Amino acid sequence: MNPSYQITVEIGGMPILLQTQDDSFRRLLARRYAGFVDSAARPRFEFDIELTTPSRKAPDEGVRVEMQDGMWRLRRGDFRAQWNPDAGRGRIRQSANPYSIDSVLRIVHTLILAQEGGFLLHAAGAIRKGRAFLFSGVSGAGKTTISRLAPPDVTLLTDEVSYIRRVDAGYRACGTPFAGELARVGENCSAPIGSLFFLAQGPENKIEPMATAEAVRRLMRNILFFAEDVALVDSVFQSACEFVERVPVQRLTFAPDSRVWRMIG
Amino acid sequence: MSVKYIAKSSAIASRLLGGEMMVMSSADSTFFTLNPVATVVWQAADGVTPLTEIVADHVCAEFEVDAETAHRDVERFVEELSQHGILLVSETPIAVSATSPTEAA
Repeated sequence: MNPSYQITVEIGGMPILLQTQDDSFRRLLARRYAGFVDSAARPRFEFDIELTTPSRKAPDEGVRVEMQDGMWRLRRGDFRAQWNPDAGRGRIRQSANPYSIDSVLRIVHTLILAQEGGFLLHAAGAIRKGRAFLFSGVSGAGKTTISRLAPPDVTLLTDEVSYIRRVDAGYRACGTPFAGELARVGENCSAPIGSLFFLAQGPENKIEPMATAEAVRRLMRNILFFAEDVALVDSVFQSACEFVERVPVQRLTFAPDSRVWRMIG
Repeated sequence: MSVKYIAKSSAIASRLLGGEMMVMSSADSTFFTLNPVATVVWQAADGVTPLTEIVADHVCAEFEVDAETAHRDVERFVEELSQHGILLVSETPIAVSATSPTEAA
């Protein structure tokens, strides 16, 4: 019997054990998720990773996420995975690269969060004075720029994908290792969310209110979601509405210089 | 004029938020914000009440609009939402199982 090597990656307070028969791949994962590895955490879910030869298909080719007979099936050009959430176990087939496992983990976390009223959001996130601030927008809106401009008293949670958990009557933002152009892993910590800003770049810094419907529309556009399951889509939509009811959502127009941070926190 | 019945599709999510009804198609993520008249029609779309009755009891009664104008506006709204598969329209009553599973307020 081949030995197996394990690593527990805890993102958003959700420990997931990854098991592989290749110790060099485990070491690669340990480097990739540095700061998010917790060998003492009791895993909520476990995945066996079977390494294969690299696929010739493009990684972004046709992401499909479907529920069949109580099992989530995840499929893309570069990986296949299945996961039984009730049993807490799953299996991933991919080559020994960090991008595929990163995508599988993002998808699994979106599915976990959807059941709990939370979601992953295309947004930079940072903590200042004990509160988290999220900066969302499509690619090019300024997530990386505003992260780069953050002053030293700001703790960066992510410059790309924010992890949002429903906690009691409010929401917390958690750091993620999912990095964007800044290529810097976020801090593994969390804070209650003070505001969500949708970014726009302009000649001057200003914060403006956003109508409720527009806030929900923009939020839905930026939530990471992959499954075509009707009940789950409904659940994410309800979560987005509840988030907008509880968290201030505003439009932040900023000139790309550090003065914008005077308005935040 | 034939009798029409309307019901919410099962592949939608909707929610009344800040006084506005928001409706999203699960199939293609099309997002609509309904005006107050459309909202009462939407809420009354139970598949068994004829559309003429919905217009008379909810639209004309609540918005002090004449029947002809109300019918014209509602027909347009129903046509638009049915084209997106958000509302089901039939000349016979529509089974309850075809209606939306969730409508939060």
